[in-house]
Order: sequence, then structure tokens, then C-alpha cells
Amino acid sequence: MTQAQPRRADECGVPDSKKFLHPKLAANYGNWKTHDRPRPGVLHHVAKTGDEVWSVRAGTQRQMDVYTIRKLCDIADQFAEGHVRFTIRSNIEFMVSDEAKVAPLIAKLEAEGFPVGGTGNSVSMVAHTQGWLHCDIPGTDASGAVKALMDELIDEYKHEQMPNRVRLSTSCCEINCGGQADIAIVIQHTKPPKINHDLVANVCERPAVVARCPVAAIRPALVNGKPTLEVDEKKCVCCGACYPPCPPMQINDPEHSKFAIWVGGKNSNARSKPTFHKMVAAGIPNNPPRWPEVSTIVKTILTTYKEDAHPWERMADWIDRIGWPRFFEKTGLPFTKYMIDDWRGGRANLNASAHIRF
Amino acid sequence: MAKPLYPTPLLDQLESGPWPSFVTGLKRLAKDKDYMVDVLGHLEHSYKTRKGYWKGGTVGVIGYGGGVIPRFTEIKDEKGEPVFKDAAEFHTLRIMPPPGMHYDTATLRKFCDIWEKHGSGLIALHGQSGDIMMQGCTTENVQKAWDEINMMGFDMGGAGPAVRTSMSCVGAARCEQSCFDEAKAHRMVVNNFLDDIHRPALPYKFKFKFSGCGNDCMNSIQRADMAVIGTWRDNMGTDEALARKWFAKHGMNELVNDVIGMCPTRAIQLKDAGAVGKDAHISSVKINDTQALEINNKDCVRCMHCINVMTGALAPGQDKGATILVGGKRTLKIGDLMGTVIVPFFDLKNDEDYEKLVELGQTIVDFFAENALEHERTGEMIERIGLVNFLEGIGLEIDPNMVSSPRMNPYVRMDGWDEEVAKANARKTAA
Repeated sequence: MTQAQPRRADECGVPDSKKFLHPKLAANYGNWKTHDRPRPGVLHHVAKTGDEVWSVRAGTQRQMDVYTIRKLCDIADQFAEGHVRFTIRSNIEFMVSDEAKVAPLIAKLEAEGFPVGGTGNSVSMVAHTQGWLHCDIPGTDASGAVKALMDELIDEYKHEQMPNRVRLSTSCCEINCGGQADIAIVIQHTKPPKINHDLVANVCERPAVVARCPVAAIRPALVNGKPTLEVDEKKCVCCGACYPPCPPMQINDPEHSKFAIWVGGKNSNARSKPTFHKMVAAGIPNNPPRWPEVSTIVKTILTTYKEDAHPWERMADWIDRIGWPRFFEKTGLPFTKYMIDDWRGGRANLNASAHIRF
Repeated sequence: MAKPLYPTPLLDQLESGPWPSFVTGLKRLAKDKDYMVDVLGHLEHSYKTRKGYWKGGTVGVIGYGGGVIPRFTEIKDEKGEPVFKDAAEFHTLRIMPPPGMHYDTATLRKFCDIWEKHGSGLIALHGQSGDIMMQGCTTENVQKAWDEINMMGFDMGGAGPAVRTSMSCVGAARCEQSCFDEAKAHRMVVNNFLDDIHRPALPYKFKFKFSGCGNDCMNSIQRADMAVIGTWRDNMGTDEALARKWFAKHGMNELVNDVIGMCPTRAIQLKDAGAVGKDAHISSVKINDTQALEINNKDCVRCMHCINVMTGALAPGQDKGATILVGGKRTLKIGDLMGTVIVPFFDLKNDEDYEKLVELGQTIVDFFAENALEHERTGEMIERIGLVNFLEGIGLEIDPNMVSSPRMNPYVRMDGWDEEVAKANARKTAA
């Protein structure tokens, strides 16, 4: 059943957000004066005109069934004049013109199972990737690991008790789609890919795969008379870069694809320049459905940071003050030789000074 | 009523606990859809065996070369037939969100109705590039769903070696720190590249991101090939009433420890109110009857820290625009790269300024298309050819704001030194 004239796409591009804005936001566009947080999960913005708007932030599960989205819409229609927005961490925000509606809105959200929080010095929802539900190269299921972790961190989401904001991410492979974060949880493969030599020639564009390897460990080969690829396993850094362009080079391994934990990534320019996160733990088992070993280490780091950091110090600022030896001492995490950077430019990460804390 | 669920003892353990559960959502959908019964069975199999079982392929809509992420099951029986046959195909449609991710409920409800009818009923708000991810659709239904979504006024996002979907912060819509019209920049720039979004033909992906100030809520410096980060070049704004209010609430210890002591360039001093500097580049604000903060705006790097702490009492200035950085990306292939400055201050006040931003984006994407190797991001290309060659290629002058320090080694051919000195002097005269 083909249509006589198929519909051509209307290449309309990014839609204008103006028509979706809450009326108070539309009226005061570009004219805001200040804001404060009357309680965790609530932002109170004041415009130069004196107009006020309260935004109530709540956590979601990111991939939502239509029933959940409709429920959130019902709440927005009842309390927030039919407008919402989402944050980069999949939190939903309801804008409210009338302060009297804030408390009932919070009560309704909590009653429906949406935790209110994620503002200021809280631990916000984890930015995360897709995982086993949909990705073609996932080492794990970020959605599950995040659900399990947020179950344990929900009090930190609902309160603002951290020294500064804490942003987490989870990624199902070393491509790290989850992104840089104060604490990033990322799959780290520990064994070279297992190659199905029968399939390589038909499935993979071999020169492109060779070019993809960051350490030039892949070379063309003949196995059983068939053209294929082989990996110099001594050189291989198990990054998995060859797997997306060549699925017969299976990198995911139920046993040997581990988790690593990285800390101190910060995209904000506030105080110090932006930083990348650094590896502080590895070899953590990929243990569904609740990945308890991951949660334990994340909570240890968070507890240490919460107790020890000064107000307004992000994870990176705190470690910059106390130094890495004390970070490992206070968290009890083992410092191993694998944490000494030997990638290109890695020498810049060595201590070129006599600055030692005793 | 759908067919009975497979046993999912592992996924069931993700239904307990206080955080909203995506598994509960999947099960709710599975009450009505055989499709989702099989998706749950498929996912449980991944949890059991600790592996993923979706492979890519080619699925698209008429006229576009990207934007649909095809997924076909790899869980097959001995005859090569899908074990979870109702979930043999699980494609995603990437849809570009409005700037700032604002919606009215009518729009969200319409998405739900379309996706309940043609797809799985599962929508991610939002994916890591910012897309509305309509997750789970058969090949047959992709075009039908797309037609209805497109007729709502929404368009498909990027995938593969293309200009990708962009994100901008809440910005001018609800933030006092906003230094430009993020939504306007986002739409004008990205909508200039619709052909490069919908028909992937670049060496690799290219991402734009727009953040209204140095807090960079869109994480642009670490992830965008071209990051537009709001800033200002005149003096910081102040408000005495709000500064006094802040001080009355927080006191001297917090002022010293959290504001003055944390300024990265030591640009803030506490002064007797009568002794604050009178120079044109000084901002000052009284915190009580006798004391004031004095900010040397020549030393300030617009990091946003003091403004974050004393919001409203301190504020961005009036002469606003953006700093433009290029080349940010995550690990693969050569390692993490931050975006680096190519334009210290880009005026963003009138329509003409925004047109110029679009032109700069076009020039950079054109240079990238011509000069990057296959699967090479902008940052890697610049690493390979050097920043100076890149700047010459796109026609921008060098500026000491582009470096954290001058060269630290002598390994360079400098035959052209005298000409370069003449150019530097000419730039000085022109400024």
C-alpha cells in the first residue's frame, strides 16, 4: 500500500519556544532581576517589573511511559497553568504564578511519587545514557543503575545539604555519552575484543576500523582463508572504539566489562576553570539489577565530600584544596598504578613541584 | 489487553524504592501492548546475561538521511527467528526540542497520543544531545509517526556524521544571569543547518550548544564543537539594597570565606565605604553603612562565582555578548578535549549580530567539512593542524585570550617574525 504521493517532510527546524513559555516567563523574557530558593526544589524568580514566579522541580525516570507524562500534564494543568519545562538532567519544572499553589503542588507531586528537589546544593538526578533498553553497543543498563542509585540518594536530592551542587552521570561505555560530572560512573572494559572472524569481512569496512583504533593495535589479517582483522592484544587498551564500526569485534563481556568511577569533572567556569573528571576507582562488577557495589563507592565519596568540603567547594575545588593523597586516604579508595596517566599529554598530570601535604 | 508478561525477576527489583521506576512504566505499557511485553522480556534477558542485544541497520523517513535510530533484535532462536517477535524492531525517532525545553501540556499530550498509536508509548525527555527520544517503533510505523509529529511543527534531530540537535539553557526566559537571547541564537544557528542535520555528509558529528553565562548549564565547553557562552565586557552590576540584605542574612564570615576568598583572580576586596576606588573599571557596593565590596573589573574573569553567591546584589554588566569556543569533545579517539577560545567577545545585541553568529557557524562547519578526516571531530582536527592554521582558515585574527600561556618550547620555524610583529602592531593601532 504505497501512497500515490508520499508526504514530504516539512523541514521546519527547531520550533520557537515562545509559544510554549509559561505566561509569566513570556512576559518577563530577558528582564529578570534575581532569584532565591525558599526551600529545596523551589526557585523563586523576581523580574525587574516586580513580577514573581515560583518553579517547582521534581525528579522523573527520564524514559517515561505515556501514562506518566499524562499524569505530569494533569498536575501542570491543575497547578501550573498548563506549562512545564525540563532540565538537562530530566527533572521537570512547573512554573507557578501564585505562591499559594506551591505547597499543594509539592504535596501532589510527592503523593504521585515524584520527588521534589534537585535544586541548589543537592545531588540532582543522574544524567545518563540508554543502555540495554535501546543502545547497540551498551556495556550495561544506565537506567537501572541510576534508578538503584537515586533510590539511595533520594534524601540528598530532596535536601540541599551538600557543600555545593553535585552532578552525577552514568555511561554504558567509554564513549561516555553521560558526560563529565562531579562523579561519573562509566563502563571500563578490561579485555580486548573477541573477534568473530567469519563475519568481519562481510560486516565491517576494515580500513575504517583500523583507523578508529587510538593505539594502532588493529591490523588486517587472514583467518581460515577469509579476510578479517586481528588485534595486537598487548597494545590494546580495551576502549571499545572498534566495536561500533565492527560489531563482530565484541568488546562487551558479562564478566570483564567493569565499572570505573571518576570524580571532579566540572563544566562551570565558577571559581576554577572547567575540569575533566579523573579516575579514582575501577574493577567494580557490572552487577544488575541494582549494582550495589557502585552505589557503595559513590556514597562513600559523597559522604566524605559532604563532611569535609567547605561551603561552595565543588568536588574538584575540594580535592584541589586537600590534595589527591588525602582524597584517597579519606575515602579509603586504593590508589593504583593505573591511575598514573600515561596517555599523550599525561605528563601534565604529574606533580612537577615540591608541593606535598604532610 | 495484551498477552501475559514473561517472568522478570531481575527487573522487578527495580520497581521498589522511592525514585520513579521506568520498569513500572514499561509494565504499565505492557498491559495494553504485546510489543512492550516482548520489550520487557528482551530487557530481562539482557539483565540475566549482562549483554545488549540490539543491532543497527537502515531505517528512515522520506527525504531524510538521518534522525531515526534503527534497532533490530539479535536474540534469535536456532532457526534464526526472533525470540521476542513482537519486539523484533525497536527504532527511535530523535525529535528536536524547543530551546530551553519548554512545553505546554497540549503539546506533550499530543506526543503521547501519537506515540501510543504508532509506537511503544515510551518517550525519553530528553536524550543526552537534547532530543525528545520517541523510543520504540516498528519499521512500518516510523513514517506514520513521523508524519504526525512533523505536522505538529516539530522536526527531526541529527544522527551520524551530521550537525546534531542542540541545547540551550533556560536563559532569558527565567534567569537573571542570561547574557544573550539563547533561544534566538539556538534557533537561528541550528535552523541554518537543516540540510546538514537531515542529510549526514560531514566527516563526523558537529554539535552547537548555547549557555547564557559562565556557569555553562548546557555543559557546552566539554561537549560542543562550537560553544556559545554568555559574558559581558563592561563593569559588573550591583544592587545596594540586595547587597545589604545578603550581608544582614549571611554575615562577615561568609562574605570573606565564600565570596572574597573564592574569587579566582583576587578581583574583590573589602573596603571602608569611603575608600573605594573611583576608577572607571571599579564596581562597588555597600554591604552596610561603613563597608563596601570593591571589584576590579579589569581583573575579573566573569567566572560567575560571586554572582552565584550574591545573586541580584552582584550581576552581569550591560555590554553583553558571548565567548565562542571550539573543539570540545569526550574521549574517543585522542582523549578528552575542552573547547578553546576563538572569539573572546562576540557582540550579541541586535539582529545583525545574530546573523554574524550564524555566518561564523557556517564558516566553521564549512572548514570542518573540507578539512577534517573521516570520523575526526573539530577538536581533533585543530589538534592535528594547529590553532593558527584553523584561525587562518576561517579568517579570524589571533588574540592572547586564546592561550593559557605563550609557547613553552623553541621548536618552531619563525622566518616570518618581522611580518607578524608588523601585524600585531597593526592590530593594536586598529583596536
